[in-house]
Amino acid sequence: MAAFVIQRALRKRSFSAIPSFPSSPFTSISRFVSTLVLGEHESGIVKQSSFSAVEAASRSIGEGNSISMLLAGSGASLQQAASHAASSHPSISQVLVADTDKLTHPLAEPWAELVHLVQHRGGYSHIIAASSSFGKNVLPRAAALLDVSPITDVIEISGSQLFVRPIYAGNALCTVRYNGVEPCMLTIRSTSFPVSLNSADSKSDAAPISQVDLSTFSEDSLGKSRYLKHTTQDTERPDLGSARVVVTGGRGLKSAENFKLIEKLAEKLGGAVGATRAAVDAGFVPNELQVGQTGKIVAPELYIAFGVSGAIQHLAGMRDSKVIVAINKDADAPIFQVADYGLVADLFEAIPELLEKLPSKN
Amino acid sequence: MKIMVAVKRVIDYAVKIRVKPDKTGVETSNVKMSMNPFCEIALEEALRIKEAGLASEVIAVSMGPTQCVDTLRTGLAMGADRAIHVDAPATLYPLSVAKILKALVDIEKPGLLILGKQAIDDDCNQTGQMVAGLLKWPQGTFASKVVLDKEKQVATVDREVDGGLETLCLDLPAVITTDLRLNQPRYATLPNIMKAKSKVIKKVTPDELNVEIKSDLELVQVTEPPKRKAGVIVSSVDELIDKLKNDAHVF
Repeated sequence: MAAFVIQRALRKRSFSAIPSFPSSPFTSISRFVSTLVLGEHESGIVKQSSFSAVEAASRSIGEGNSISMLLAGSGASLQQAASHAASSHPSISQVLVADTDKLTHPLAEPWAELVHLVQHRGGYSHIIAASSSFGKNVLPRAAALLDVSPITDVIEISGSQLFVRPIYAGNALCTVRYNGVEPCMLTIRSTSFPVSLNSADSKSDAAPISQVDLSTFSEDSLGKSRYLKHTTQDTERPDLGSARVVVTGGRGLKSAENFKLIEKLAEKLGGAVGATRAAVDAGFVPNELQVGQTGKIVAPELYIAFGVSGAIQHLAGMRDSKVIVAINKDADAPIFQVADYGLVADLFEAIPELLEKLPSKN
Repeated sequence: MKIMVAVKRVIDYAVKIRVKPDKTGVETSNVKMSMNPFCEIALEEALRIKEAGLASEVIAVSMGPTQCVDTLRTGLAMGADRAIHVDAPATLYPLSVAKILKALVDIEKPGLLILGKQAIDDDCNQTGQMVAGLLKWPQGTFASKVVLDKEKQVATVDREVDGGLETLCLDLPAVITTDLRLNQPRYATLPNIMKAKSKVIKKVTPDELNVEIKSDLELVQVTEPPKRKAGVIVSSVDELIDKLKNDAHVF
């Protein structure tokens, strides 16, 4: 209890001790709650999941929260992303841009140093990133540099220091209160904070864009990691994380060849393809299609599972889907316990029939 | 070069957990506990690196109550050379774990620290990144392939990222966290289990390591997730399409 009181006192002190550096371009606004969102961008566009983080910050963390988005990288695509961020979400009050070769690729080492530097100048009360592979890689490292405990995969913000997150593969929900010094750092599950259509519209007055002064950028742990390459699977289907419809196949598909049936059905519905770990391990599809505790977390309007038994680890990744349909030969498969509509049938008969009878959505 | 591997004792992955009625946590008494699956993969990778002649010793470490010794014995039976048990309270947050690990790294001076990417109980996915930050070492998280070059003192790591795979080159010493696809962990054979009994498990306390365990997080409550309403079993594809159209309105 005593420790708790001391921590509270420390927290109060840190509020009054927000540093004000006269040289900094972004300390003129004094505020109680202010959030730094770590933005992720690709080919000049800020990722949807980063806007979800903005959405989480603007909806739930206190009145008058001023939200700054931090973008890093180099060259023209970074500047494009900055103007995209500045004009795309009404809650963003400022865009901070760190333009340097050291940040061309989103490596954890320079990013964590950057967050450390920006926090020391800006004194933010909260730092948020989406729980993407980028956010999960960078934010805990930055938190360690700032000596605070981060909170992973928040699904609900109940107060400026009170958060709900799933534990045990989503089989329990844990409410935690952050009692430490500022900043409070979290990654949010983007499917829990969808960006509403209104706020996704471009706004008339773009937020100001300022360059981060990198003259004091610490070089301590930089250069120790080098980016070599990135390999992606080209796909024309929508992104798994944000698709409206997801069609998933499991071990029951039996081969990579048969998985084409799933792809066909997904195409017809304008949806994304997902897979279980069994299907990935058997080599039917690449890893990045895995849905579950260790893969992607999805929450589409419609989730159709073919030949998926419904292991705890898979359910963790899809249990928040609006409508779940399961088609499996085994009437006792656990997937039927979470499915809204279940069909006990051979998928090799059901898929062609669905392909024939389902309305096309394109 | 030594390799240090951090392993955690968690509720077995196949157990259906129960939330305590008083909402203080999850029932752990009389529940099967095992080594966290990602930690098994981390240990397996360390053993393979040693077997390839690229490392001299594999040290397994675990922190928590006395029962963690069982987990360390499992690690020793898999092939770790020795183990360190940090006697600490059951609920340690990743920041404390990272500080303890840093203290152990400062003593043992390993060339590589390997951890699982996340524990399947708290699902935090933080410890590896945090200890890398504290040590100012480079990090290769969510690794699905690790290639060491002893001459150049670098590790080439394939990482599982959202859009596919990313390849990084890290200067050693480095921190690596393992994804499921890195390897298939071995089973401990009976002779190795017997041999493991004579291997050394050193016990230390956070005090001895000069690490202060303070927590800036307070657990308010643990609850069951909302139950989904019971579904229906349909008898044909036609009925399924009809339900999706007229009841669920998804088409």
